[in-house]
Amino acid sequence: MRLFQRTIRDLHQMLVDREISSVELTESVLEQIGHVGDQTKAYLLVTRELALKQARAADERLRSQRDVRPLTGIPIALKDVLCVKDVTSTAGSKILKGFTPPYSATVVDRLEAEGAVFLGKTNCDEFAMGSSNENSGYYPVHNPWALDRVPGGSSGGSAAAVASGEAIAALGSDTGGSIRQPAALTGIVGFKPTYGRVSRYGLIAFASSLDQIGPMTRDVADSAVLLQAIAGHDRRDSTSSPKPVPDYLAGLDQGVKGMRLGVPKEYFVAGMEPAVEQSIRDAIRLLEQQGASIEEVSLPHSDVALPAYYIIAPAEASSNLARYDGVRYGYQAEGGRNLIEQYMLTRQAGFGAEVKRRIMLGTYALSSGYYDAYYLQAQKVRTLIIDDFKRAFEKVDALLGATSPTVAFPLGAKTQDPVAMYLNDIITIPANLGNVCGISLPCGLADGLPIGLQVIAPGFREDTALRVAYAFETATEFHKARSPLMGAAA
Amino acid sequence: MSAVATTYEVVVGLEVHAQVLTQSKMFCGCSTDYLKAAPNANTCEVCLGLPGSLPVINRRAVEATIRTALALNCEIPEFSKFDRKNYFYPDLPKGYQISQYDLPLSRNGHLDFDVKGEPRRAGITRVHLEEDTGKLLHEGAIEESQVSLVNFNRSGVPLMEIVSEPDLRSADEAREYVMRLRAILQYIGVNNGDMESGQLRCDANVSLRPAGSSELGTKVEVKNMNSFRAIHRAIEYEIERQTQVLDTGGKLTQETRGWNDARGLTVSQRTKEFAEDYRYFPEPDLPPLDVSRKWVDEIRSSLPELPAARRERFITAYGLTPYDASLLTSTPPMAEFFEATVRLGAPAKASANWILSDFSRLLNADQKEIQDASVKPAHLRELIGLIDSGVISGKMAKQTFETMYRASDPEPALAEAKGSSQISGDAELAGIVDQVIAENAKSVADFKAGKEQALKFLIGQGMKLSMGRANPQRLDALLREKIS
Repeated sequence: MRLFQRTIRDLHQMLVDREISSVELTESVLEQIGHVGDQTKAYLLVTRELALKQARAADERLRSQRDVRPLTGIPIALKDVLCVKDVTSTAGSKILKGFTPPYSATVVDRLEAEGAVFLGKTNCDEFAMGSSNENSGYYPVHNPWALDRVPGGSSGGSAAAVASGEAIAALGSDTGGSIRQPAALTGIVGFKPTYGRVSRYGLIAFASSLDQIGPMTRDVADSAVLLQAIAGHDRRDSTSSPKPVPDYLAGLDQGVKGMRLGVPKEYFVAGMEPAVEQSIRDAIRLLEQQGASIEEVSLPHSDVALPAYYIIAPAEASSNLARYDGVRYGYQAEGGRNLIEQYMLTRQAGFGAEVKRRIMLGTYALSSGYYDAYYLQAQKVRTLIIDDFKRAFEKVDALLGATSPTVAFPLGAKTQDPVAMYLNDIITIPANLGNVCGISLPCGLADGLPIGLQVIAPGFREDTALRVAYAFETATEFHKARSPLMGAAA
Repeated sequence: MSAVATTYEVVVGLEVHAQVLTQSKMFCGCSTDYLKAAPNANTCEVCLGLPGSLPVINRRAVEATIRTALALNCEIPEFSKFDRKNYFYPDLPKGYQISQYDLPLSRNGHLDFDVKGEPRRAGITRVHLEEDTGKLLHEGAIEESQVSLVNFNRSGVPLMEIVSEPDLRSADEAREYVMRLRAILQYIGVNNGDMESGQLRCDANVSLRPAGSSELGTKVEVKNMNSFRAIHRAIEYEIERQTQVLDTGGKLTQETRGWNDARGLTVSQRTKEFAEDYRYFPEPDLPPLDVSRKWVDEIRSSLPELPAARRERFITAYGLTPYDASLLTSTPPMAEFFEATVRLGAPAKASANWILSDFSRLLNADQKEIQDASVKPAHLRELIGLIDSGVISGKMAKQTFETMYRASDPEPALAEAKGSSQISGDAELAGIVDQVIAENAKSVADFKAGKEQALKFLIGQGMKLSMGRANPQRLDALLREKIS
């Protein structure tokens, strides 16, 4: 097996045993980026020099056996919405072209303290708004399983990088499914932790009450390792939780015997592809065979989650994106004759169509006279969804369903129909609105395209989600399938 | 002119913005000392609103706001939150201001003040907390300026907004309200009261209605008043302007007008048709505030004596007029100067007169605060003592006071005043010495027995008899001579 094909835990052992060096490993991954980067377009920026410098520092740490951590020397990709000091960070938007933050996100600081190696900034939908990565302000990402198909979004670059061997693992962000859906469409594991579990400080905001950073990895255990490194309270983010972080690896292999797992009937949505549904039903049966008791549950407000989301998220986004006015940093249009014209020209040229659409939606929803009918109403729906989950979790330990109703679709298939695109997130959005956590992991292939199983656990029960996911993974071989671009795992 | 002009009732409500005296900014650790720092020196990713940065609430700013609200007799709800006020302007780096909309830290209070000794009360609608903006600098006149610069040192400085009910009925009332409010803010140490540099700012909502009417007239918001005088003049001007419009059958426009102090008039800035929709919504980056009763009680018990209470005490304890008591309690340093002078033995009425007349006149001319003057309470007490004991005349004392005030050390001027009328001649002192010896046989005996202390007492008696005019050195010598 080539080094770039391996998992964090494998490589950690090899690094600790001095079988390989971090520089060798990093060069292996950089080489793979060189081979397939032009095909996937997973990266917006490859920080080769920084990566090799960090790899050398990691090797020094490994050599002297000083503070060796699970991620020391491991090459990781960062979604472009994460600020890295002195490294261009654009959130996939032209309006932030050339913006180099003078500070790093808390998760970046934490990974740096672990001794991780940063490969670069991965491509994404502009300001994380999208489900196919076609809204990138620069270029779309291609799915390593079928280059004419989308990798999902918005963390499509991170997903494609992990699935193609262009990174051992990556960080993504998930506002309505942006980690889980691309993970499902590229055959990797993607984990959206509970809101508040991971600091958002330095995450370029889309929708502040929903955004959450999480791991994108080759298997479940790697997600546990990566989450362990980034989770926990941050005094710079007042919405981060002070709850202690458990040891996510410790309880991973307890199995599902005796666990109660719920299947929300509403999650088998209209329009779900038969192969996807079949694969999910098979996965449920397998977990039952592993000793879990399965019961159907109802989350009755699931059908209004999507419309509520498309009020709350754009409303917050319309405010979060107001700062991009071209005055202080990023792109500035020329030719404005006065302040207002300057603002308008900059924002007209700097933002893409989907971002503008959401700014308009959100501005409208917050306008005086409409606030009660839209924003306030959507917040009430959010409360109903939170209550749905609470009721369900009185009966069961975790919920099972598909991550995406379809497998990866061809590029361009949905770009003309925003609503069809929004429907991709219909089963992932409730977890963001409901303040719970959700993990997507591979559970099959349909015509050579990956299918994702979603496990949803109560708020701050990341351990439960990981435990169920790990039990499924160890009983199956799906996670071992490698995309054609990554090559056979020989 | 029409034969019967309508009489109008003036309706004024004030919005006062007061920067909170904290070390660090509202949502980050940057210093609030924005006046002295080099442009944009006191900034970070949070107060510059850089992508990805998040605010963290400054507990001390919340505490100061609650302190203010309690001093203004407000209710403090247990639950409060911050909201975003969205608008575009280059001095607002996030494109929104973090403020408070429907659940402010406090509401329903009142402020007692007086106009020429007559008590008045204005309702306080609310006191809330928000962040200040940066400051724009234009090259030349704003209309023609080709370059505008932004200094974000002020961005994120904690700012309280204190909103009154439309309870004020004249420019006099408005001015007195702000003066009393400023005194309270200074008393409780939450604001430095500096209007000129904008650390205390005032906007006025001014409208007129026919006397007897209960409906409110069209409201005009007047901004940019940087002194008590400006507040008074701007409101007077606005009352006159609105009266003329209404008297000539015109209609007033709901608008914002700026006070131009140099020209002495208000100028329309924007009308209601272009009024912004701020699209307030709860700030998702900050959790709501749970204000515990225990905390509120702690803050309440730490409040010092407030101007109204101190004013009452000055009236009852020192027999001052309400007017004098109001003026003396308008700033803590002045009230403290007065009390210190009285504590040293000076009569209250005379102390008040000196502080409020000669002293204040000189301070005002120099734009100086009483605590910065070289004249201290002990000097004033001594000067008053010299007048009372007839050593110097009132007229002479005024000259002496001014000399004392101008000098970096007031002592020589005081000594000179005493010296100019000092009795040093042995012939003149002989009578005093004889009288002292005659009236204090016991002390004379004590001194003879070797008690040096007794002589000091005898000299004191001599000073008293001479009403302070005797030369103490000579007195000493003559007493020793006479007794031995």
